Amino acid sequence: MNSEYLGIIFSYILTICIALLLARYIAKVFLGEKVWTDKLFGPLDRFLFRFMGIKEEEEMTWKEHLKALLTINMLWLVYAFFVLLFQDKLPLNPDHNPGQTPDLAFNTAISFLVNCNLQDYSGESGATYFSQLFVVTFLQFVSAATGIAALAIVFKALKEKTVTKLGNFWVYFTKSITRILLPISIVIATVLAFNGTPASFKGKDTIITMQGDTQNVSRGPAAGMIAIKHLGTNGGGWFGANSAHPLENPNYITNVTEIVAQVILPVALIFAMGIYIRRKKFAYIVFGVMTVGMFMLLIPTIVSEVHGNPAIAHMGINGANTAMEGKEVRLGIPASAYWTTMTTIISTGSVNCMHESMMPMTGGMQLLGMMINCFYGGCGVGILNYYIFIIIAVFISGLMVGRTPEFMGHKVEAKEMKIAAIIALLHPFLILAGTAISSYVIVNHGGAAWTVQPKNWLNNPGYHGFSEMLYQYTSCAANNGSGFEGLADNNMFWNVTAGFVLILARFLPIIGPVAIAGIMAQKKFIPESAGTLKTDTATFGIMTMAVIMIIAALAFFPSLALGPLAEYFSMK
Amino acid sequence: MKKYLLPSIKLTVALLVLLAVIYPLLIAGIAKMAPGAGDGVKVYRDGKVVGYENIAQAFSDDTYFQPRPSAVGYNAAGSGGSNKGPTNPEFLKTVQDRIDTFMVHNPGVNKADIPTELVTASGSGLDPDLSPEGARIQVKRIATLRRVPEQKLYDLVAAHTQKSLLGPSKVNVLKLNVALDELK
Repeated sequence: MNSEYLGIIFSYILTICIALLLARYIAKVFLGEKVWTDKLFGPLDRFLFRFMGIKEEEEMTWKEHLKALLTINMLWLVYAFFVLLFQDKLPLNPDHNPGQTPDLAFNTAISFLVNCNLQDYSGESGATYFSQLFVVTFLQFVSAATGIAALAIVFKALKEKTVTKLGNFWVYFTKSITRILLPISIVIATVLAFNGTPASFKGKDTIITMQGDTQNVSRGPAAGMIAIKHLGTNGGGWFGANSAHPLENPNYITNVTEIVAQVILPVALIFAMGIYIRRKKFAYIVFGVMTVGMFMLLIPTIVSEVHGNPAIAHMGINGANTAMEGKEVRLGIPASAYWTTMTTIISTGSVNCMHESMMPMTGGMQLLGMMINCFYGGCGVGILNYYIFIIIAVFISGLMVGRTPEFMGHKVEAKEMKIAAIIALLHPFLILAGTAISSYVIVNHGGAAWTVQPKNWLNNPGYHGFSEMLYQYTSCAANNGSGFEGLADNNMFWNVTAGFVLILARFLPIIGPVAIAGIMAQKKFIPESAGTLKTDTATFGIMTMAVIMIIAALAFFPSLALGPLAEYFSMK
Repeated sequence: MKKYLLPSIKLTVALLVLLAVIYPLLIAGIAKMAPGAGDGVKVYRDGKVVGYENIAQAFSDDTYFQPRPSAVGYNAAGSGGSNKGPTNPEFLKTVQDRIDTFMVHNPGVNKADIPTELVTASGSGLDPDLSPEGARIQVKRIATLRRVPEQKLYDLVAAHTQKSLLGPSKVNVLKLNVALDELK
């Protein structure tokens, strides 16, 4: 057991060390300073810019940034939808998998576009190698780069005194891929391949087992996809069982690699912000608040998983490790508990054990992690979500002490506050409205003549069944992508409603913070004085945490009480 | 928007070549040097493939070490767990049934020694490993059926136990069973 705790401590320390090293590099990339990868990838960047016909030094306003961002994202949506729909007619389909239905293709295309990676299909039978590479892997790169580029716009707005032009979107976006995501992905994929993850283009293998059964083994060029799936906090698996699958995550080394890979960019971007805007202390405070929040979710998770399932302990078998349902022996309980916390707070949503079979308290912590969605948070967007809470905290603190609220030398006024309030309330609205509608349909139209009747949606009775629906919409709204996979989600109702939640929950929380930062950067710069509310202090950190807690606790407590909390208290 | 559409299309085409063609081919090339050459690592007996090292296969015969239960019938083309919640009565009944079955097939075993992993389904349905305890508790049954000294089997399990500084100890069931057949 001790080696297992050592494993998670090692993983966390390694994450922070790599993130600190990466932070300076990332800051330099976006400041346009010289970095050592210029020699290798500089020509590639210049080729791409020339091919696109854009000028690197041509800067954009925040509105132009958003227009470019939304245009290219909508293009990918249309492209991905049609590839998935007609994947059976395209090349690279050695397993002869069928095309996706229109509602499934709609859901899948949006899900990967928005960095969520909720999967209503299983990789082995629902996607071809062409789709896995030209849709899934491609969108995993570009959606992560979209998030990082959006954050780079906000960095620029925070750094400057008074400015309307905030750099070039294409440059931020392209460099996120060529300088950050692609080189690191190659390293991770190599580690995975050398530990047994498939990487060749061969199709399903058929073997005769020792006792003479025929066993089909799905394979494919998975290693590269699994690398960016984690690095870009995407989370969609090559195989149905995601990183619990012994080819997707063959041993403890790959497990450490994948869990470290998914946390390094969210953490590195916090430190990169400190270097970029020359306020390191501010970045440390942000990191500190997020880390405290992370531990508040991690510790109950580990305790409840290690303590295990009392109902199984009562059956008279060995009382240790009673929470093994849905987990893998090579990974063990502590590493599964650590993974589950990380993957839900940072919006990856890859799983190395089945979330649905974990203890009720764990389920509650997973939900809370996604409901808050800014403890480290997804690639780029985590800090954008946190930025909204900062704006609200600045405003409330300002009212409390009777001063005009200011942040980074700019006044926070009615317009910015309205945007921040809408974005902060959008998240609970999407989750709770979605869950309410699906609950209503189950109760009142359980026997509706649909392909899957609503009364057959749930895989578990009682409180846990309610949690299945709550989890699905929370995962969509947080662009997380993990699931209580028992839910029968590959049908019209879930594919379509989840699709709409996904797309709203992605682009509005990007538009909001970029707009706020852009509007504020245009205002007159007010130098710091004795009257300025300092935002790089522990006091302000606590204030931000309080705002997060109040918004999350007030909005979500009733729904958590009906699901995981009720199940927890009913456990004997 | 029109101003941004053309650069968007061009960038998308260029990135598709870079990320969906060059990148996976590069990784496939690197993997050629890895164990299994990027096709998955196989286990051989007498020169014949008997399975994949990392993929569990069914052993219904009591004379072999048996892997963990699978919610998908060890289907390596459709992985998954049971997705049953911890308080689901149907799930708890399944676990109780597995315990009863285990006790019938393993007479003389102390019930309090059965590790939970042997009566719960894995996450992937393809978990290739057991903990050392999960393998040792099956020794009595196999030794009786195969008429070999128990100690010899305990030694075999110990020899196949992979320990590491980080993470749990484990025994690969397929490789253990191949060695078991070679024991005589």
